[in-house]
Amino acid sequence: MIYREAGQYRTSYLDDGQTFPIRLDRWAHWLLIAVAVLVVPFIINDYWANAILLPFLIYAIAALGLNILTGYCGQVSLGTGGFMAVGAYACYKLMTSFPDISIAIHVVLAGLITAIVGILFGLPSLRIKGFYLAVATLAAQFFLVWLFNRVPWFYNYSASGQISAPERTIFGLPVTGPETSAAVTYLFCLAFVLASAWICRNLTRGALGRKWMAIRDMDIAAEIIGVNPLHAKLTAFGVSSFFVGIAGALFFSVYLGAVEVGEAFGINKSFLVLFMIIIGGLGSILGSFLGAAFMVLLPVFLKNVLTGGLGWPTDLAAHLEFMIVGGLIVFFLIVEPHGLAQLWRLLKEKLRLWPFPH
Amino acid sequence: MKTRILAGALAAAMVTGPALAELTFPSLSYRTGPYAANGIPFADGYADYFTLLNERDGGIGGEMINMIECETGYNTEKGVECYESTKGEGALVYQPLSTGITYQLIPRVTADGIPLHTLGYGRTSAANGKVFEWVFNYPATYWDGASVAIKYLLDENGGDLSGKKIALVYHNSAYGKEPIRTLTELSGQHGFDLLELPVDHPGQEQRSTWVQVRQQRPDYVLMWGWGVMNQVAIQEAVNIRFPMENFIGIWWSGSENDVKPAGDGANGYKALNFHAPGADFAIYDDLKTHVYDAGKAAGAGDQMGTVLYNRGLYAAMIAAEGARKAQEIHGVSAITPAQMRDGLEQLAIDEARMEELGLGGFGPTFESSCASHGGSGRVAVNQWNAADGKWEVLTDYIQSDQELIGRLVEEDSVAYAEENGIEMRCQ
Repeated sequence: MIYREAGQYRTSYLDDGQTFPIRLDRWAHWLLIAVAVLVVPFIINDYWANAILLPFLIYAIAALGLNILTGYCGQVSLGTGGFMAVGAYACYKLMTSFPDISIAIHVVLAGLITAIVGILFGLPSLRIKGFYLAVATLAAQFFLVWLFNRVPWFYNYSASGQISAPERTIFGLPVTGPETSAAVTYLFCLAFVLASAWICRNLTRGALGRKWMAIRDMDIAAEIIGVNPLHAKLTAFGVSSFFVGIAGALFFSVYLGAVEVGEAFGINKSFLVLFMIIIGGLGSILGSFLGAAFMVLLPVFLKNVLTGGLGWPTDLAAHLEFMIVGGLIVFFLIVEPHGLAQLWRLLKEKLRLWPFPH
Repeated sequence: MKTRILAGALAAAMVTGPALAELTFPSLSYRTGPYAANGIPFADGYADYFTLLNERDGGIGGEMINMIECETGYNTEKGVECYESTKGEGALVYQPLSTGITYQLIPRVTADGIPLHTLGYGRTSAANGKVFEWVFNYPATYWDGASVAIKYLLDENGGDLSGKKIALVYHNSAYGKEPIRTLTELSGQHGFDLLELPVDHPGQEQRSTWVQVRQQRPDYVLMWGWGVMNQVAIQEAVNIRFPMENFIGIWWSGSENDVKPAGDGANGYKALNFHAPGADFAIYDDLKTHVYDAGKAAGAGDQMGTVLYNRGLYAAMIAAEGARKAQEIHGVSAITPAQMRDGLEQLAIDEARMEELGLGGFGPTFESSCASHGGSGRVAVNQWNAADGKWEVLTDYIQSDQELIGRLVEEDSVAYAEENGIEMRCQ
């Protein structure tokens, strides 16, 4: 009833291989992008931008990045926070050293620097696997945070060890610093999200993505059929860190404006992003978005309902929030271990047949 | 009948009238997480003072106070969410009780035109009102704290600290790093060695730090700690038998919660403070009648008279006095954040006013001005008496080295102004 697929024929390889083979999905996807680009900027206010949409978009990029490494290539990483810190500090150093170059270029360069650092820390993955690799990336997390705390050059010798983003503009409109408007920062992040999702989607269904998945599913078999594990694993680390670095750069420059490495990019951040992709769905682009939405929006929603709506004390609400979010994570993982993306896939199968199931 | 309806409508209008134009004070508190032990008493004191004003005086200048509490968990992301969600409600002044959140908020409040008062925390160089128009950090700053601690130690040692070794155990964050600049300067001036020992968030693991203290044998240990870090540090210091009277905490490391877990071992531990501990003030009688006995106390209602509860009262008192001053200057009762800023900038707390408020001798007197937002910088040393379970005031308010701090503040704030293209005010 909702999906009407009668008359939709796929007559070419191009039709068959597209991201949204069902016309309704395709339309919904274009409609969503149209609303996000053309409608939301006009109705957005500071609260929606700074408290809800910016964190959601930025975490979605981080989740996309980690999903490439963990979801598609099967390499567990606990270093996401550290790599986000690399992105943030790279962006800061670039912003302050080359103030005349566009911030958009700095963010991309920060991603590239993070990619190099990610490849370096990915080298051990050629020898160690699974939990042991997770511990090696954990070392990266702690090392990077320590490094940014220890070496004053990274924070331009400021007294407090904080880095703060100076004002930078695009087309004359400020995107970083305090004078930004909600719509501009939102669109800036949205552009990066759309580009990242598009790149990720196309990488993962191409030759590179297939190599990653082959390594994930069985590395010895993959090697025998001619996948070079060195190349596959290191590209996964590089591409993943690139997106994580971009997320870190945006997180620092556009969203928070000032960060302290231990607090903003600690081990908690690594776990948060890892939970996002586990709950959203490993090896799924949609899952990265759903996971980010779940982990960012749900606490804010609960807070607003419990303290704003019901008027409960803030500490009670904060504790309940932990319990409800935790309970829901357990619930979703029991009901659908493959994450929210799989839940949506099943739902869609049902919807396509509804109301006449076999 | 008609008149009764009219009278009813009028009464309703009178009831709802003031409620519309109330004074909004957001309270960015944290009652959860590793810093809750310190966040709860402050938040309770802050709330209880406003409740008292509402119950006893009907608000400030006839305007009821609307305090919105928002839980930050000492986390900057949640702090931003809290700021954005409350600023639309007409928030008059923000007091985030977190140096990290303060650094986030300084550019935001400057752009949005809402005052930020960081009572003895935050960015020290914000004391320069010429650069930081919207930020206030009186009555004392971290650099005052560092200076007074060294001054006190100079006094103890007959004016000579040369060759002594002083360790700084600090929370490895913007907060903990604040005093380093002043202490480095002072170590050059007085010839003592400064040993920096960072402790990472949240500070539950400090074994290696205190092993270093045992190896390096500093004569004195200063501490810039917060939350669970304080309790652990004091316990570790007891474990290595560090003489407690040589261990001095900043005012955020000097509450009952910090010393009590270490039991008798913590006896003699010292901490700086810019207000008095204890409940021997006239205001507590009013609080008892109007707030506690009326069942309106915030939280669990068990924090009265503790150091941080008193600090919450003090913070709320300054906010309320700032609002009162603003009403006086502008002749309106429903003030805007911009008018509130004027009130805070011309605020003068003298002994007579504190006496009137039931807080005689509670804190140092200070005056704010266009150029100076940092207060008088006078700080007392308190000492923990474990047997009686209370803080004792050891010294008078000691004046910090204003010449040195003035110079450092000028240096740092001018650099900030250049970086951000801010024009100097008050010329």
